[in-house]
Amino acid sequence: MQPTADQRRWMYRHMVLSRYLEERIEALYMEGKTPVFNMAKGPIPGEMHLSNGQEPCAVGVCAHLTADDIVTATHRPHHIAVAKGVDLDAMVAEIFGKASGLSGGRGGHMHLFDAAVNFSCSGIIGEGLGPAVGAALSRKLQGKPGVAVAFMGEGAANQGAFHEALNLAAVWQLPVVFVIEDNAWGISVAKQASTAVPRNDLRAAAYGIPGHHVADNDVEGVFAAAGEAIARAREGQGPSLIEIETARLAGHFMGDGEDYRPKGEKEGLQARDPIPRYRQALLDAGVLDEAGDVALVAEAHARVEAAIRFAQQSEFLPPEAALEQVFVESGEQQ
Amino acid sequence: MTTVTKSATRKLTIARAMAEATAQEMRADPRVFVMGEDVGPLGGVFGNTRGLFDEFGAERVRDTPISETAFIGAAVGAASDGMRPIVELMFVDFFGVCMDAIYNLMAKNTYFSGGKVKVPMVLMTSTGGGYSDAGQHSQCLYGTFAHLPGMKVVVPSNAFDAKGLMTAAIRDDNPVVFMYHKALQGMGWLGTEKGATVPVPEESYSVEIGRAAVVREGHDVTLVSLGVGVHHCLRAAKALEEEGFSAEVVDLRSLVPLDRDSVRASVAKTGRLIVVDEDYHSYGVSGEIIASAAEHADCRLKAAPKRVTYPDIPIPFAPTMEQWALPNADKVVAAFHQMMRES
Ligand SMILES: Cc1ncc(C[n+]2csc(CCOP(=O)(O)OP(=O)(O)O)c2C)c(N)n1
Repeated sequence: MQPTADQRRWMYRHMVLSRYLEERIEALYMEGKTPVFNMAKGPIPGEMHLSNGQEPCAVGVCAHLTADDIVTATHRPHHIAVAKGVDLDAMVAEIFGKASGLSGGRGGHMHLFDAAVNFSCSGIIGEGLGPAVGAALSRKLQGKPGVAVAFMGEGAANQGAFHEALNLAAVWQLPVVFVIEDNAWGISVAKQASTAVPRNDLRAAAYGIPGHHVADNDVEGVFAAAGEAIARAREGQGPSLIEIETARLAGHFMGDGEDYRPKGEKEGLQARDPIPRYRQALLDAGVLDEAGDVALVAEAHARVEAAIRFAQQSEFLPPEAALEQVFVESGEQQ
Repeated sequence: MTTVTKSATRKLTIARAMAEATAQEMRADPRVFVMGEDVGPLGGVFGNTRGLFDEFGAERVRDTPISETAFIGAAVGAASDGMRPIVELMFVDFFGVCMDAIYNLMAKNTYFSGGKVKVPMVLMTSTGGGYSDAGQHSQCLYGTFAHLPGMKVVVPSNAFDAKGLMTAAIRDDNPVVFMYHKALQGMGWLGTEKGATVPVPEESYSVEIGRAAVVREGHDVTLVSLGVGVHHCLRAAKALEEEGFSAEVVDLRSLVPLDRDSVRASVAKTGRLIVVDEDYHSYGVSGEIIASAAEHADCRLKAAPKRVTYPDIPIPFAPTMEQWALPNADKVVAAFHQMMRES
């Protein structure tokens, strides 16, 4: 499956948008946290998991999705949220903990929920898989169209929830696609030290579903595999599993010393940064020209800067608002 | 129990103290081994297995896959078969994925076997918030773990106790849940409570599990707490002293077994009780302590007891909301003033 020129530009634009967002978050996150790194300080306190390098996974999959389709993402959610069309202003405001954020600052960066585009994420490893299966079941039972996509890291594929969810989705032939972003590390533990098979897509065989493998963080490889899996799900032929070899260009979280990485690994990954590579591919293919690229990048930067200004200028909720929204009024939901 | 003789001058963080106790027990007993996520070369994300991998190697300090059900269940199996595993659940909040292994296996196998199967393992896990890690990484859940029978539960507030309790936990023939508060670990990036870093003897010693400590004597009110709450209480006691009141501070140190006698003795002396707990307000440690005092004839209270706790809400991300909701020394002082107005 080949992307159209428009789809290619869409994927590239969203990669650029996501990357610039992360670069700005990274800079703002460090404000007030130095000279001695203190996680509690600064305009964005708490843990921060950046997704620099993993953008191909998000755009290659989400290029096939509409706002109606369901995505459950992980503790490293920004690139996926951007590609799924989560409201950028409200998302950034949430990362800052502001009243105008997706949940008014109650959730923060690991708990972004945007019902308008059926996006959610979670800080517990493997937690999004069950809900994706359930959403797919709901669509099937209601006769509503749409697929559910559960994203996870390769580390999550060793959780019980992974095996249970794949089996359940396969037994019930549900329209769900499981996407593994294999960045080779679960915090400091290397994939080969934690996973008994070299590739998680091989595990699809255990559940009698198709497994796809995408090498080298290849945007269009992701697009092709996801296109096939999602089409299959839409046609009622059940779930698929995709594992994408991707790269985490940053630490596991901000503040991670990354001493566990073999020497030179990071430099190697940076040299294979998927964004300049895709840019070059699009220029070579004539889908993008230099002027078009400059305009596209400028537009992405402007969009991110506007979202950050929006977040910075927003107020915090009054502290007592912490007590609200633990429950909804009965009948209020949906 | 070894009594500590040498006077200690060297200060350690709780993280170092935990690692030191573990190393000493590993040297003494080849059955002791450690497993969990990132406990190997990284030394644990909260620092409490630092240095162990270098000394004992990958065989005895095992990084695990992210598979808590499997590796905590495996610890139960190994413990039942003669080993003494120390296993880490990185954040207590993750208990949901593996609670069955904890409370149906680890905690009950001894009972089911009529006492014939021993499960000598330590489950260590981090608790607490205060740095905006939001609702899935900031809970204490002390009440949840202490509520379920069959496992001992300890919560140190300082490095001396942490080392002694860790030694005792490893030597105990029962499962012990060792809950350490992140703000006490002495990790710079977590914004550390300095009072937790105290002199720790180099030699091995144990602190008895099930004995509270009176960490400050007083006669007007008893402040009971655990973990980081003890430090809020000590600060509050200092503030109250300046106002002319003397507060006694009881550090529970252990939730199971619970040293009700020490709490009662203190309350019998002061006649007033405030419990400080970063865990959720309802059904928790605070209710248990108040009930323990109230149901005892010697504890004639001069005023209704009070609790300073975390409200029954998920932990919000925004620092404005989270800091507002967390217990602190000012809230303890305010609770005391309120108590005095009411009585
Ligand atoms: C159930 C559970 N266990 C452990 C953790 C701690 N933890 C957070 S991220 C992480 C590594 C995840 O690795 P992977 O799934 O490969 O995703 P990546 O971080 O590489 O994107 C771990 C162990 C958690 N959040 N939830």
